[in-house]
Amino acid sequence: MSLDLLIYLALTIAALWTVMTRSLLRSAIGLALVSAILTIIIFRLNAPLAGVFELSVCAGLIPVLFVSVVSLTQPYTHQEIIERMKSMFTRFRFLPLIVIAVGLALGLLSLKPETSLPLPADGKDVRFVLWHLRRFDLLGQMIVLLTGVFGVVILFKERKKSG
Amino acid sequence: MYALLILVPLASSIILNLLPKGVNKRIAFGLSLALSFLQALFIFFPACPVWKTGARTLESVFRFNFFIDNLTSVMLLCISIVVFVTLLASRKFIESGEKRGSFINVILVALIGMNGAVLTRDIFSLYVFLEITAVSSFILIALDKDILAFEGAFKYIVFSAVASVLMLAAISLLLLLTGSTDFNVIHALFKMQPAHNALVILAVGLFLCGLFIKAGLMPFHGWLPDAYSSAPAHISVLLAGVVTKVAGIYALIRIIVSVLGFTAAVQSVLLLTAALSVILGAIASLTQSDFRRMLAYSSISQVGYIVLGLGSGTALGIAGAIFHIFNHATFKSLLFVNCASVEKQTGIRDMRSLSGLAQRMPVTGVTSVIGSLSCAGIPPLAGFWSKLMIIIALWMEGYRVYAFIAILGSLLTLAYFLYLQRSIFFGKLNPEFKDIKEAGFALTFPAILLTAIIILVGLAAPLLLEKQIFTLNSIWGG
Repeated sequence: MSLDLLIYLALTIAALWTVMTRSLLRSAIGLALVSAILTIIIFRLNAPLAGVFELSVCAGLIPVLFVSVVSLTQPYTHQEIIERMKSMFTRFRFLPLIVIAVGLALGLLSLKPETSLPLPADGKDVRFVLWHLRRFDLLGQMIVLLTGVFGVVILFKERKKSG
Repeated sequence: MYALLILVPLASSIILNLLPKGVNKRIAFGLSLALSFLQALFIFFPACPVWKTGARTLESVFRFNFFIDNLTSVMLLCISIVVFVTLLASRKFIESGEKRGSFINVILVALIGMNGAVLTRDIFSLYVFLEITAVSSFILIALDKDILAFEGAFKYIVFSAVASVLMLAAISLLLLLTGSTDFNVIHALFKMQPAHNALVILAVGLFLCGLFIKAGLMPFHGWLPDAYSSAPAHISVLLAGVVTKVAGIYALIRIIVSVLGFTAAVQSVLLLTAALSVILGAIASLTQSDFRRMLAYSSISQVGYIVLGLGSGTALGIAGAIFHIFNHATFKSLLFVNCASVEKQTGIRDMRSLSGLAQRMPVTGVTSVIGSLSCAGIPPLAGFWSKLMIIIALWMEGYRVYAFIAILGSLLTLAYFLYLQRSIFFGKLNPEFKDIKEAGFALTFPAILLTAIIILVGLAAPLLLEKQIFTLNSIWGG
């Protein structure tokens, strides 16, 4: 249990770093780190194939896509980044307090909602599920990825040329 | 057979990219236009033997389970009409061949996404195809690469990402609760779940919030006016006419009617959100001076009507809602086409700087009057019938305050459209525009086509309501 808590804490820290860091490149690396930690959680939940997918696609392919997009854009100057960060910190300065207050309130309420679940679905082989039951999704997911790549190419590649 | 609606645009997109650039430039536009036209034919004549040619071979490879009912048919028809009109309008706005190629590729992907979302009978597949629609929409909004378009697209991405996370969380919970993502399985199991189960309530709440964001309902509408007004003019036609209807409203109706079912709490949330959208959307429209922003807020208000019909929870209300989806697709596309014509010819969207344009652009002027009146629910135009059905459904179910809000919203709609007509098309012609003329076939033909649909559907509405396309037995019967 304590190890799980540590992993979740690491996931939260990595996620926060991803959205708070000043560099877009580091943010992409932070995202890969989040996915890598998520992979550990998925492995611990006994879903190795899902873990492999998470590691290869979300920790591998997607950050590479992001890094390639970042390399095609013109980043802000150091001064601009500092100014934007200051403005962001000012705008969201009460957010941590609100999150803690909501957490404490929910804890104090000690809600015990009815969350009983039926038996889990029968354990079909993941290969059978992917290739026989989820064909339509697979096709859709391939189209999403290709569309994303296509979008990056048509929106950003030319922009660099003109810039 | 319905797999053709996914596979043919996909194959066309791949083939267009493999062809030499010169050939691609010559055939891409005609091919995509033909595809959207064929889709409309497919909906009207699904039993035609032409569609079955080679279908068996395809179906042996791509075995997809689709959900085909009258709602599906109406949505597929809306998609084909609006895509057809968008493609025609794009001729006026996209000059360069390379850009047109990119545009057509993305439009074909959007067509796949919307068709897939409408056809699927699985909540996870619905999510995947809504993502395809959303990603292609981001690209389309930013296609002109100006800073405002990027800002609009970015806002849409951020809101859409939040909606996606909420929907994914809801899908995970539903999978946990039922062990399936199939509409029918979840629907059957949901009837057996205790209504007070916190996970059920959480799943329904998350799903509704996600879909409200996608539909642009108030108070989840932050992205919509910026996305509509910053996108290229012809893309606004697609976004307002059909993208948000498929991504938000169709998914909402399908999830409520075919998956989650109606409960008193769900109906209350739907009615309250819808009423807010109807009134606040209309009031916000009244305060706008930008043509496109006014139409964007008007869309929020009209989407509110659709959700009011759904919220009534009756067959008549849902029939009215679906009929209003179709009507909204036609009259709002028409008004955005009119806006594109005005913008193209004058370079101005600020209504305070425009006056008397109907003298120089009579087709645009007349068609915009028809579109506005249909939107305001004036008989005998198509918009009147759908609004009437929604109001009667609300009244019969005892939601009289909401029926009154719907009538008030219609009066406000008439008010802002009268203001729009007076500002842009009527009054004394501004001397600055004395030499302008109609925007040409690419924009006048879609306007005339959509006007004809609005008038014909309005006149034939009593007949159409009894025919297959607008009856709802197959939806209501589950």
